[in-house]
Amino acid sequence: MSQVLLETLLATPFVSRIGVQLEQKGTELTGVLPFTDTLVGNPLIPALHGGAVGAFLEVVASASLLVSQPMARLPRPIDVAIDYLRPARAQDVYARAIVARSGRRVANVRVEAWQGRTEAPVATLHGHFLITPEGADSAS
Amino acid sequence: MDPEPPEDPEEFQKRLDALAPLIVDGAPYAVSLGFKIIEMTQRRAVMTTPYSEDLIGDPETGTLHGGVITALLDHCCGMAAFGGLGARHTPATLDLRIDYMRPAKPGCDITAEAHCLKSHGLVAFVRATAHDGDPEDPVAIAQAAFMISGASKAAHKRAMDAIRGGGE
Repeated sequence: MSQVLLETLLATPFVSRIGVQLEQKGTELTGVLPFTDTLVGNPLIPALHGGAVGAFLEVVASASLLVSQPMARLPRPIDVAIDYLRPARAQDVYARAIVARSGRRVANVRVEAWQGRTEAPVATLHGHFLITPEGADSAS
Repeated sequence: MDPEPPEDPEEFQKRLDALAPLIVDGAPYAVSLGFKIIEMTQRRAVMTTPYSEDLIGDPETGTLHGGVITALLDHCCGMAAFGGLGARHTPATLDLRIDYMRPAKPGCDITAEAHCLKSHGLVAFVRATAHDGDPEDPVAIAQAAFMISGASKAAHKRAMDAIRGGGE
């Protein structure tokens, strides 16, 4: 657990701007993206912007890595693949991550986001992140 | 199924020039991040977002958050798909894959350039790069697929009905 970095992550200008919140129960982490008008991408549907949902998934991925083990730095994304399964409606979005593998340098994370029902996810992310576990040599 | 853009390239470009800015200025999220269209043709879109301290993702280095690049690439790819699919309905992202090649330089605006590689019927395939000054040294590359969804068709119809009938 890297509680200080978790707070740093939430206080990061972009993350606090889109309003991501984290609900933590032990090591289980749920991300919440409270709905605001500025997250809308298509007002005619209305649907949230794919970029807003994608950014939210990236933040939850980073947060889950910080919860999984002590880190010396914030994780940095190497690549992400996002599947958009349903239009994200003008409502709050929730997300939970699974750290599939966490090595000394790279972690593999999967995140799923939903709105009304967890069985009906709106988007999933699968990505690799560069990590710096505490105590590991920080390669520059 | 919608046909490939039939027409008269001049007419098509006119419609693109009229509609494309609406898809950016009409999207609150794009407006809030400061997205602007630089260039828009049938299969190519170039967009930019200004550097802002509000959008920093790493306070130590001052680099923009990956999510800003994600959003710009998503939107820019969507614009190229919109053109490629005939510039009538706004397509929805099916999937978006991004490789973050390096952190963006602090203080630099980001430009994204997207090409619609192929479109037929309701689906379009797009490839894009994002750079912070030198297109040969991208900060990220992306590949995405888009689709004209039932929801976007229904929304388009509601909007057209509202324009024609003033809403009933």
